Amino acid sequence: MQRKHLFALIAILLIAMMAVTACGGKTPEAKPATEAPKKEEAKPTEAPKKEEAKPTEAPKKEEPKEAEVKPADEIVVYNWSDYVAPEMYELFTEKTGIKISEDNFSSNEDLLAKLQGGATGYAVIVPSDYTVSIMIEEGLLQELNHDNIPNLKNLDPEFTKLYYDPGNKYCVPYLWGTTGIGYNTEQMETPPASWKQIFNTTEEDAWFGRFTLLDDVREVFSAALIYLGYDNNTKDEAKLEEAKQVLIAAKKGVAGYDTDNYEDLVGAGENLLAHGWNGDFLQAADEYENIDYYIPEEGGTIWIDNMCIPQGITPEQKLAAEMYINFVLDPEIGDLLGEYNYYASPNAETLKIADPEYTSNPLVFPPDEIRAKLHFIKPLGEFESVYQRMWDEVKSAQ
Amino acid sequence: MERLRRNPQLQAWLILAIPVAFILIFFMAPLLIVFIYSFLERGKYGGVEWAFTLENIRRVFDPLYFKTFLRSAYIAIVTTLITLALGYPLAYFIAKSPPKRRGMLMFALMIPFWTNFLIRTYAWVMLLRTHTGLINVTLTNWGVIDKPLPLYGNDFAIILGLVYGWLPVMVLPIYAALERLDESLLEAARDLYASSSKAFWRVTWPLSLPGVAAGAMLVFIPSLGAFVTPAILGGGKSLMIGNIISNQFLGAHDWPFGSALSMVMMVAMLVATLFYFKWTKKTEATT
Amino acid sequence: MSRKTTPTASSDTWERIKAQFGNWSLTTYGILGFAFLYVPIVILVIFSFNDARSISKWAGFTTEWYGKMFRDGQIMLSIWNSLFLAIVSTIIATILGTLVALGLERYNFKGKTAVDSMFYLPVIIPDIAMAIMLLLFFNMSGIGFTPWKVTFFGTKLAVPYSVIIGHVAFNTSFVAIVVRARLTQMDRTLEEAANDLYANAWQTFRRITLPMLMPGIIGGALLAFTLSLDDFVITFFTSGAGFNTLPVRVFGMIKKGVTPKINAVSTLMLAVSLTLVVISILLSKRSDDGGSVKMGF
Repeated sequence: MQRKHLFALIAILLIAMMAVTACGGKTPEAKPATEAPKKEEAKPTEAPKKEEAKPTEAPKKEEPKEAEVKPADEIVVYNWSDYVAPEMYELFTEKTGIKISEDNFSSNEDLLAKLQGGATGYAVIVPSDYTVSIMIEEGLLQELNHDNIPNLKNLDPEFTKLYYDPGNKYCVPYLWGTTGIGYNTEQMETPPASWKQIFNTTEEDAWFGRFTLLDDVREVFSAALIYLGYDNNTKDEAKLEEAKQVLIAAKKGVAGYDTDNYEDLVGAGENLLAHGWNGDFLQAADEYENIDYYIPEEGGTIWIDNMCIPQGITPEQKLAAEMYINFVLDPEIGDLLGEYNYYASPNAETLKIADPEYTSNPLVFPPDEIRAKLHFIKPLGEFESVYQRMWDEVKSAQ
Repeated sequence: MERLRRNPQLQAWLILAIPVAFILIFFMAPLLIVFIYSFLERGKYGGVEWAFTLENIRRVFDPLYFKTFLRSAYIAIVTTLITLALGYPLAYFIAKSPPKRRGMLMFALMIPFWTNFLIRTYAWVMLLRTHTGLINVTLTNWGVIDKPLPLYGNDFAIILGLVYGWLPVMVLPIYAALERLDESLLEAARDLYASSSKAFWRVTWPLSLPGVAAGAMLVFIPSLGAFVTPAILGGGKSLMIGNIISNQFLGAHDWPFGSALSMVMMVAMLVATLFYFKWTKKTEATT
Repeated sequence: MSRKTTPTASSDTWERIKAQFGNWSLTTYGILGFAFLYVPIVILVIFSFNDARSISKWAGFTTEWYGKMFRDGQIMLSIWNSLFLAIVSTIIATILGTLVALGLERYNFKGKTAVDSMFYLPVIIPDIAMAIMLLLFFNMSGIGFTPWKVTFFGTKLAVPYSVIIGHVAFNTSFVAIVVRARLTQMDRTLEEAANDLYANAWQTFRRITLPMLMPGIIGGALLAFTLSLDDFVITFFTSGAGFNTLPVRVFGMIKKGVTPKINAVSTLMLAVSLTLVVISILLSKRSDDGGSVKMGF
């Protein structure tokens, strides 16, 4: 008897909890899970074709149809977390009536693997530069219809000549940033000015055992290769081997390889330095007030995140996606976005109206002499395995 | 109906029909994909090219990966032993509690794991960090230590995190086995003048072995493949076999090699598991 | 056999003292053990009240995160999804897993080793390999990922069948292992007695075997539920766009957005579960005996 009561009670409490969660929060949000399927019934049959569909001719066939198409009621955006200013989606819905929900991924690799495996349903994705390159080659993206994105004219001209997508056929730059070093200003007056000092650290240095590197094979190898004065996208195994040795030697002074919390750890004083992205540090500086950022003497990396439209969505969703992209290119929206997370906006019109504190911040918009020392990370095809293996060796070194 | 009663083979198949069908379709078929992928060439950025090759299998036996496998095995073994040492008494405690309380205790055991894994792990980081971790800061403030203890970013932290995470999984099957323990057997042992420790080792322990075996396996195998916990608590400085496999699919875009690594690891584990169970069945029979 | 064969009064008392000490230390150990399990939980709960975005640097007390949590539709939805997914897949996996345990433990048949090994594989396989293979399989076979729309008593539900299948696939084996551990242990004399008393197979099963097996089944179900609730890798790769469970949302937030709001979510789930436990303690105090079948006379 007692057990039956227990089960009944458990059932009631669970149902109550689920009812609370179902009602809590704005109810419109509950719909995406149920409405999205309507648009995707056709998808499962399209998806299997993707394995062989490398050529990009397929997207072009849809363009003539788009003239009569109305935008979808709602779309799903696949984005990094906390990468939109809070009101952005609401403002878009107010303006167009299209609802947006956002799913998050936390690495370009996860995003790529999921799309390659055949996941569909995302109207807009936000990959980084070299991932866009890969996706274009793999035929995972649809070409943009520039007629639906008049705000493209707002882009700073240099962002229309991207190495990975000249002419913005497939994607529109969203935000860009740099990778360098952040440090705790309270505990360290003079941080090491160069990678040389960091990689050759000894116990006498204040930062020995108190700094982290990114847990990212390409970023860390870029740092080592840049320090050695080599091309950070080299396919020369001998140079790569040299870089590997540098990293192994430096490992004894490394407190950890961290891509997620490094800025928190610096702010909290657990570590003195961290290899990381400018925006992250600047946002943390808001909270901790004791963080500063710089690019080491030898140089660093620069990256651009982009909005693209993947395959496998309906023409209605594509139109809605293009409308969203257009919306983001609005100067004021670009301003909202850039000032929210301290990353640089590629929108020339935004820069004209933005707060001078933001536009003249050298940590967000590095001056030319520093720009010259920043390098892109580019995809290397099968050679990535070699980098990965070297990275595995560094990680497993004792 | 009668035919059913008299034919145990038929009964077995009837019972197993649905689960077997399910696993065949939704596990073995997908597994076949991974198996086939092991013999194909990698696509440039992921996926595969339809060309047969044995290169992936050959690469699996590269010393780097073997070394990593051994290290992961070491961590997994230590984790399992510690979890067993800590978990068995806990299971015993619950099994010996008054019947009404046992259910509650089992729930209480699992509830911490209904919170989010990441937050739990970060909570441990907060405790263990060297310079700002709660433990070190408290001990330093109380004057108990001069220099902070190295509790984070090393094997200690990794094993602690794994033991913590898998403790309930060890306790559950041991409890399930112990709960069934017949008190009268123990009473009989005592009547025959066995000391309580002899009673334990000669009666309780052997009867709980199936639970111990199950628990050990359920802890060892996932610990072997673990990589998120080691990444967060070990500061990412240590490479586990789980990382390597994951990196192949994600970072290196080399799905065939990731598949080959997975297949080889699975075969090795399967063989080990089968031997392990044969051995525990034998030990059981002789006690 | 070098032991004394006749008990003396002092050895008896000594045994009793040892037994008492044993009991006492066992209880202390039990308390310490549970304390160990709850240490990070206490921290987690405390930080749900942190007056700052950080989940590791304390800055003062506030309850604003709870408000934010309830107003965050996405988070609420993901909690619902997690619970729904966990419950459905646990029920299915427990039934299947129990069948597997019974079939493999109680019978011998041709090909048993093969079937046996087959059910170990989901436990052995690395998460990511299983996740990717399911992703590919659902894609290639046309099964797809987009949740079924179902209307249940007037509310629209999204049934994420692809994720459910994935969870059932690994959970079945876990349940099977736990139930088997119990089954091996079980004394068959009661069942034989029932047979002698002309109970048919079904009656024996329902009235003798199943109740005796219950702690194992419940243990297996608990385990499956917990594993499902916390799963990230498999769920991430097998979900369709727009379907998020709590771990998927939280992992997506790793890069930067893990705020005390997530602590608040965890605390909420904790509070509900603990309430369940407390209520069942109160309930059990009122009813007469405990629920388990004891064989002791």
